[in-house]
Parts: sequence; structure tokens; C-alpha cells
Amino acid sequence: MTLQIDVEGTRSEDAPKIQPAGLKDRSFSPVNVFSHTVLIGWSILVVVPFIWSLIASLKSTGEIFGDNPWALPKTLLWDNFTKAWDKGVGDYLGNSIVVVVFGVAGTMLFGSMVAYVLARYEFPGNRFIYYLFAAGMMFPTFLAIVPLFFVVKNFGMISTYQGLILVYIAYSLPFTVFFMHAFFRTLPTSIAEAALVDGASHATTFFRVMLPMAKPGLLSVGIFNVLGQWNQFVLPSFLSPEKPVLSQGIATLLGSQRYENDWGTLFAALTIAMVPVVVVYLVFYRQVQAGLTGATLK
Amino acid sequence: MRHGSYRFVASFLAIPLALYAIFVISPFAQAFYYSLTDWTGVSPKFKFVGLENFKTLTHDAVFRAALGHNVILLIGVPLLVIFLALVFAYLLNVGGRSNSAGVQGVRGNGFYKLAFFLPQVLSIPVIAVIWSVVMTSTDNGLANTVTKKLGLGTSEYLASPKIALYCVMWVMIWGSVGFYLVLFNAAMSGIPKDIFEAAIIDGATRLSTFFRITLPLLWDTIQTAWVYLAIMALDAYALVAVMTAGPGGPDNSTQVMGLQIANNGFQFGRAGYASAMGVVLFFLTLLIAAVMLRATRRDRIEY
Repeated sequence: MTLQIDVEGTRSEDAPKIQPAGLKDRSFSPVNVFSHTVLIGWSILVVVPFIWSLIASLKSTGEIFGDNPWALPKTLLWDNFTKAWDKGVGDYLGNSIVVVVFGVAGTMLFGSMVAYVLARYEFPGNRFIYYLFAAGMMFPTFLAIVPLFFVVKNFGMISTYQGLILVYIAYSLPFTVFFMHAFFRTLPTSIAEAALVDGASHATTFFRVMLPMAKPGLLSVGIFNVLGQWNQFVLPSFLSPEKPVLSQGIATLLGSQRYENDWGTLFAALTIAMVPVVVVYLVFYRQVQAGLTGATLK
Repeated sequence: MRHGSYRFVASFLAIPLALYAIFVISPFAQAFYYSLTDWTGVSPKFKFVGLENFKTLTHDAVFRAALGHNVILLIGVPLLVIFLALVFAYLLNVGGRSNSAGVQGVRGNGFYKLAFFLPQVLSIPVIAVIWSVVMTSTDNGLANTVTKKLGLGTSEYLASPKIALYCVMWVMIWGSVGFYLVLFNAAMSGIPKDIFEAAIIDGATRLSTFFRITLPLLWDTIQTAWVYLAIMALDAYALVAVMTAGPGGPDNSTQVMGLQIANNGFQFGRAGYASAMGVVLFFLTLLIAAVMLRATRRDRIEY
């Protein structure tokens, strides 16, 4: 079980670069041209709609749906952003930040506590609890959504931060436990044992010795949870109708644009929602890719 | 184990287990229970109706249409995503020039991976909004202006009952290929280079190295990908709810099970009936995971 997949790995680019001059093939083979054509084609399909949306945030509705939707905006309508913010995007953004900050913090804390205990201590029911969490990764949230609504309602926590945070933590636990369990298993036992012999309590050993050692794993699963909770849509749209998070707000705004016909504002809202995650992605893209894909392969 | 460690274990497990039991396990269990009742979701009173809900389901035309659409997605999405991701991963790894050092990956490998993976970090509503505007049904729609220029004519996309479901499918594929590309690429990079080099020295073509070496060694990863994509195709709620008219339209052509569960459970006051749909979805998921894991089982190849 590999813990971190080296995205760069041993790609052929790492192959010896120094070659006998005469053998170096500088010409483009048909395969190479074909590869680039296909790959550039797909890049365009991915990147162009995204960039077009960023530009559309500065356009008027007429320019977005006019004769030439590809034209650049005549004047940059920064006002779209002010309007989007006033239409509630500011509040949605705040809601998203609060819920994700506490949701991820809680998930990481509780998830690694459970994973550590399951990975390092033998007690009756250990396997049972492990499989209970593992099973949670497989099942569709939709099976539970109707009863879940009433559970949250009975606690009086519909459309509250605490309701969303607790539900996010509960639904992020299976994967976090699964991932961190595998991670703690690979860490050496001797250091924790030495700490215990020196008189540290079990809890101190965990927080002072094991957690710092598990940093790479925590980073991977942490990024996974930040993106997952930030982009969560199904849970909040049923559990928090009065206090929408950003992804929900976007969906609502799309609905109202069909009547109000102010699409520049919608794209400004979209940009506000996209830019933070895209910046995180561009800065940490190796960790993000390795974290998300490495996690799947477990 | 030292004295007192049971107390430590219990103290670490108590809160997370309680949260998990209350918000995950109990709703799942309740869904099974409510599926046997006529609970409306509003009144506290309800009675047992046995398997009545499931019987009704078999005659429910909209639910059957929804199920059919999920099955179409279930077949199309994994097949196309895995195919495209494998092709792209293969091109990234060996599509470059071949020379004395063997076959090379293409230049710009890093850029392609960066670009292809982008949709994975965007939320589904964001993707849905972008594509519903790209696929505007009028002649001035983004996609239509391009296809018109290329002489391919125009399309009504999401406004046409005939192809709306396939538009949704396309967006799912568009959003997933990058993730599985990076996944397969990582797995391919793990295959030692000398295996390829030995095969090429022995006269194997690039295509035969793909089918004889890469594919068999990637089998485990492909199997995992298939199960994940199948689970995603059985859901599809978020995309349909945001993108399609109605949602689920036009003319129920994009109904999916998730939408039916939400409508029955929260709008039509038929929580028991919605739970029965959830139970069907549950067994379908279980069945698919089991079938995929069995059907694709092969001897694991160690290298």
C-alpha cells in the first residue's frame, strides 16, 4: 500500500538526457503530432469554458448572449461583483468559510483520533468499528437524506452552522478514518512506545508524538476534505435552506437569473466561488493531485 | 497493553462514534424502516404498509424512467471516462518522440495534467452553470457559434428531450476525465521503464506494449475507477438539479433517482415512498460494486 503516489514518478523525462549527438531525433514523428493534437484539443475543451466564464463576469447580459458571445467586453463591468456581493454572495461566502473551517478542523481531529486508536490498540470490536466506518464510504448519501433531514430538524439545527458542521464531520469521517488508519499503520511503533515508557500518557503520545509524525498524511486528507466540504452541495441544499453556502447560492442565483436576466452578476458570483479553490489548486497542485488520487487507490 | 488504555480508547472513540451513529448510521437504518411505512414526513403518525411502497414503485412510470436514465449513465460514463483517461494517460507517457533512450513522454506533460484536472476542484453547481450557458440552445450559444463555424450545424442541447440526458452525461465525463487521467498516469509511472524498453527491443509496437503491458498492469486501478464512476453515475442529482429545466426536464427526459427521492421526500409529502427509492438505490449500488469487483477480478500482477 503506497501512501503517497509520486505524481511525477519516474517519467520518461527523467531518462538520461545526455545522448550521443548523432542518435538524437529532433524531428516530430506522426505519433508525437497526433498526441499533441489530441491533448491540446482536450485542454481547450477544459480551459476555454472556464476562462470564458471568468471574462463573462465583466460583461453585460447583452454581451454574454449577443451576436458574438466570444467578443471581449467593451467596458469592464466591475460593478457585477458589487451587485453579486449585495445579492448575498458575501453572506454565502462567509457561511462557506465558517462551515469549512470548523468542519475540516473537526474532521481531522476526530478522524485521526479514531484512526489512531483503531490502528494501534487492540480491543474487542476494533474490526467491527473499522468496517462500520469503511462501509460509510460506499453508500449513496441519497439513501439517508430524508431521515437525516428529520434527525437534524429534531435537534433544531436546520439552517444553522452547528448543524452543517456536525453533519459534514460525520460524513467526512469514513474516508478520513480509512486513509489515516493506513497511514498510522506505516509509522514506526518504537517512538510511541519509547514515549509511553518515559511516562507520557496515551493522549499525550498521540498529540505530541504521533500527530506531528503523521503530517504528510494529514496534509493529503486535509486538502481532500477542504475541497470536498467547500464544494458540498447535496447536504446543505436540504439541511440549510435558509443559510446557503456558496455552491448552493450559485444554484439559487442561476434559478433567479432565468427571470432577472442579469447574467454578468451570476458570472461574477461564479468567479467569486471559483477563484479561491483554483488558487489553492494552482499553488498546491501536486499535493492536490497526489492527495485526491492517492486516496482513491487505497 | 498497559493499564488504563481501555479508558483511553473509549475516550477517543466516544465523540466521533456518537456523531457517526447519529448522523450517518441512524438515518441509513431509518430509511429502511420508513420504506415500509406510509409516512408523509409531516405528520408524526404513520402506519406499516409492508412492501406496498416497493409494489407502487414498479408501476411508477417516472421512477422507471429515472432508473432507466441512471442505467444509461451507469453504462456510458464509466466506459467513456476510462477510455478517454487511458488514452490521454498513454499519450502523456509514451506519445513523445522515440529515440535511443526509448519511448518518451510528450513535452508539456505537467501542463496537460494541470489543465485536465481543473474541473475536479470546481463544485458541481459551478460546472453546471458554466455548461448550461455554453450549451445555450439559441444560435448565439457558445457551443452553437463554434459548431456553426465548423459546418456542423446547431443543436438545442438541454432544451431537446432527445439529447438533454446526453448533455448531462457529457458534463459528467468532462468533469471526471482529468481525475482518472492523473490516477492512471500515476499508476503507469509506477511501471518500471525497462519492461517497455525490453519489449521495444524485442520489436513490440507502441500499441502492443499498451495492450500487453500497460493494460494488464493497470487492471486493479481501472477496477477501482469503475466502481467510483458507477457510484457517481447512480447519483447525478446535483448536476441534473442545477442544469436541467424543471429540474428533470424537458419532458422528464433527465429524471434521475436522486431527483425523485428529493421530490417525493420533500415536496410531495411521501417520505416513506422516497425512502423505498433510497433502498432500491442502496441495493443497486451494492449489486454493482459486487458485480464489478467479481467480473473484473484477475490475478494481481506484482512487479
